[in-house]
Amino acid sequence: MSDASPDNGRRHLLIGVTSLLGAAAVGGVVTPFVMSMLPSARAKAAGAPVEIDVSKVEPGMMFTSEWRGQPVWVVNRTPEMLEQLGKNASRLRDPLSENPDQQPEYCKNLTRSRAEHPNLLVVVGICTHLGCSPQDRMKAGNGAGMGDDWPGGFFCPCHGSKFDMAARVFQGVPAPYNLRVPPHMYLPSGRLLVGADQNSKGA
Amino acid sequence: MMTSFLQQIARLVAGAGLVAGLWVSGAQANEGVAVDHAPLNLGDKASLQRGARTFANYCQNCHSAQYLRYSKLTDIGLSEEDIKGNLMFTTEKIGDPMIVALDRADAKQWFGVVPPDLSVEARVRGADWLYTYLRGFYKDPSRPTGWNNVAYPNVGMPHVLYELQGVQKLETVKTAAGGEGKEGAEKSGAEEHHRLVLVKPGKLSPVEYDQFTADLVNYLVWMSEPARASRVQIGVLVIFFLTLMFFLTLALKKEFWKDIH
Amino acid sequence: MSNLAKVVGWVDDRFPLTSTWKTHISEYYAPKNFNFWYYFGSLAMLVLVIQLVTGIFLTMNYKPDARYAFASVEYIMRDVNYGWLIRYMHSTGASMFFVVVYLHMVRGLMYGSYRKPRELVWMIGMGIYLCLMGEAFMGYLLPWGQMSYWGAQVIISLFDAISPPLALWIRGDYVVSDATLNRFFAFHVIALPLVLVGLVLVHIVALHEVGSNNPDGIEIKKNKDPKTGIPLDGINFHPYYTVKDLVGVSVFLAIFSAVVFFAPEMGGYFLEANNFIPADPMKTPPHIAPVWYFTPFYAILRAVPQKQLGVLAMGAAVVIFLALPWLDRGIVKSIRYRGNLYKTAFGIFIVSFLILGYMGTQDPNLWYVNPVSRICSITYFLFFLAMPIYTRLDKTRQVPDRVTE
Repeated sequence: MSDASPDNGRRHLLIGVTSLLGAAAVGGVVTPFVMSMLPSARAKAAGAPVEIDVSKVEPGMMFTSEWRGQPVWVVNRTPEMLEQLGKNASRLRDPLSENPDQQPEYCKNLTRSRAEHPNLLVVVGICTHLGCSPQDRMKAGNGAGMGDDWPGGFFCPCHGSKFDMAARVFQGVPAPYNLRVPPHMYLPSGRLLVGADQNSKGA
Repeated sequence: MMTSFLQQIARLVAGAGLVAGLWVSGAQANEGVAVDHAPLNLGDKASLQRGARTFANYCQNCHSAQYLRYSKLTDIGLSEEDIKGNLMFTTEKIGDPMIVALDRADAKQWFGVVPPDLSVEARVRGADWLYTYLRGFYKDPSRPTGWNNVAYPNVGMPHVLYELQGVQKLETVKTAAGGEGKEGAEKSGAEEHHRLVLVKPGKLSPVEYDQFTADLVNYLVWMSEPARASRVQIGVLVIFFLTLMFFLTLALKKEFWKDIH
Repeated sequence: MSNLAKVVGWVDDRFPLTSTWKTHISEYYAPKNFNFWYYFGSLAMLVLVIQLVTGIFLTMNYKPDARYAFASVEYIMRDVNYGWLIRYMHSTGASMFFVVVYLHMVRGLMYGSYRKPRELVWMIGMGIYLCLMGEAFMGYLLPWGQMSYWGAQVIISLFDAISPPLALWIRGDYVVSDATLNRFFAFHVIALPLVLVGLVLVHIVALHEVGSNNPDGIEIKKNKDPKTGIPLDGINFHPYYTVKDLVGVSVFLAIFSAVVFFAPEMGGYFLEANNFIPADPMKTPPHIAPVWYFTPFYAILRAVPQKQLGVLAMGAAVVIFLALPWLDRGIVKSIRYRGNLYKTAFGIFIVSFLILGYMGTQDPNLWYVNPVSRICSITYFLFFLAMPIYTRLDKTRQVPDRVTE
């Protein structure tokens, strides 16, 4: 019935402008509520980079630390383990670590580690399938029921995903990607800093 | 019973007038202490930074500010290096809250009370009270700490800043009735006034000490609500937007109501 | 037929979508002479929505545990992104809810909106008001500051006057404690909001059944267009009152925002200084008073020297509103056509209520507090109790057939 009004154009214009501004208002109101669900200052402080003393991790041993509530493994690989890495390629899904989300650029190499310490693997111990934490199967061979040709690595108990000693995922398992290498760097003191590197301070 | 009721009615007329005049905000919880006006300036970052240093060096030995994170001090213009180097004595992590090393049980024994957390103290007491309190310590041998305070009688805290302020004494002055009319003397006879007198100067002159405490109070107020600056900033935008919205909706209403006769 | 019309048609075959829209919005005919006082119904709904949404988001970070409650509020104020905004909106919303509801109630009083046939609308409204009081009271405990704690302690102790085991049952402990906090949280965040939303819906359905009153107190349904059956003085709620209410919303939100952004403590009336001290069961603050919206009733409580009677008087002061439809014996509904008797009584009542509200915030040891509170309590009750007399004696004016501008 309002269409019968003589001043229809003005009415439509006003409705349009008011709706537009109203939509902006709704957006403005929704934003803080959505933002409030992002990590708080406390969560960010708790998720700050952590320093780890890696000097006590013996060759062939693994040390589990925590960063942002996730397990971070530091694995000191023996020369034999490192040598084996080059032989796994044909059985792996992403042997060259080409997925850029799964490691920083400086770890896109055979050992998936920083140049200073190629023997040290620093990786988030969360399976890329559905988020379980894989287990240590570092010993090669059938010792832990992994089959005679097991080259040593990690095994996820939830759905049977397997990873090698550079945390690269094997073919034919549910996990789609290699385990994630977090940003990390070695401090002048020799200690390891997980969660930050020269490029992204505190990222 | 009846007479007192009538008396009450008689007072009512005066009461009604009083009610009209008494609608003053009773914002802070201080019982009848005359306070000095604190020269606040939350936009003065240099003052806030000086206050932050004072707090870290003098207050935080006993008082925590556990709802504030060190990293928040970047809001008042300090760099992370400044904070880590000059202000962080209780932790190594910049994201940690400002806790205190003092053991609660020890504190209870030494001061009779656990020194309260000061994160929101300025919202409890108000800036003016804090300003008066920090400048209101005087020597009182009857107190276990040797100190008393005009704003907080029989306070448990000793005068931590006495080296800076010096030592004050409370002098009682008797004035004749009506001598100082501004107090509105009700009773006849002599009236007692108290005033603080500096008996031994400290490292700072009285003017410098006032500035020093003003900075600290400024910081305490900032600390009680770090979001205040962004609150006001956003508020201006919101009010501006709503004013626009008002004129627009008013035009819309008038347009539609042309139909109604 | 457009696709949208098809979808609507599909829904209409299964759910009364279009007919509900028509009944309650687009073809609900409201009197065309609504004035300023008619903004507060829609504004109350707006505040309800604000409270529900901000409340849900506060619940995401608040901890209903005596050890963590106070700290979790400061956590919201400092660490949660925009947590301060959400919290201030909620604390301001609580007070603004009462501002709006009180004005809405004054409107009902002035224009006789409680009179036949709207008795039930009024009574449901009173139900909403009571529910709101409970909601506000329980919510006020949650920040677990000194005022939260001692306010709750004092109010719950009133139930001692009725029966000591009742107070114990409400607290679930010998004093206000973690158990009390936890159950108040449950009531505040889910039980009472559900009831509140339900009552608001019923309030509106009941109103739309009988139709809105107006400043003239004329039943517009008595004058219908013989052809269309639409009241001659009625206009479609949508778009005419939706656009008008938008103006009210803009103004209200500007005031609301001014408080939230520039004066969230509102001089200690919305957020009290002592509530920034964590609850301490060993130490009562020197002067405690409830939040301003309860103070008129608190003043009545204190005005009565005997505890049981005081509690009774306070309860009666609220509940007596329910009897209004039957206390009022006037011929006309609206204050516009009433005589000087009613106008005087109404004026005294409003002034008494305001003075009581102020007295409730004051230290009872001040010499004027008790006498003034007592006199105002008496005038407060006289407004209701003498109503059958003065409304009948009142010289009313002739009400016109059609609404005036």
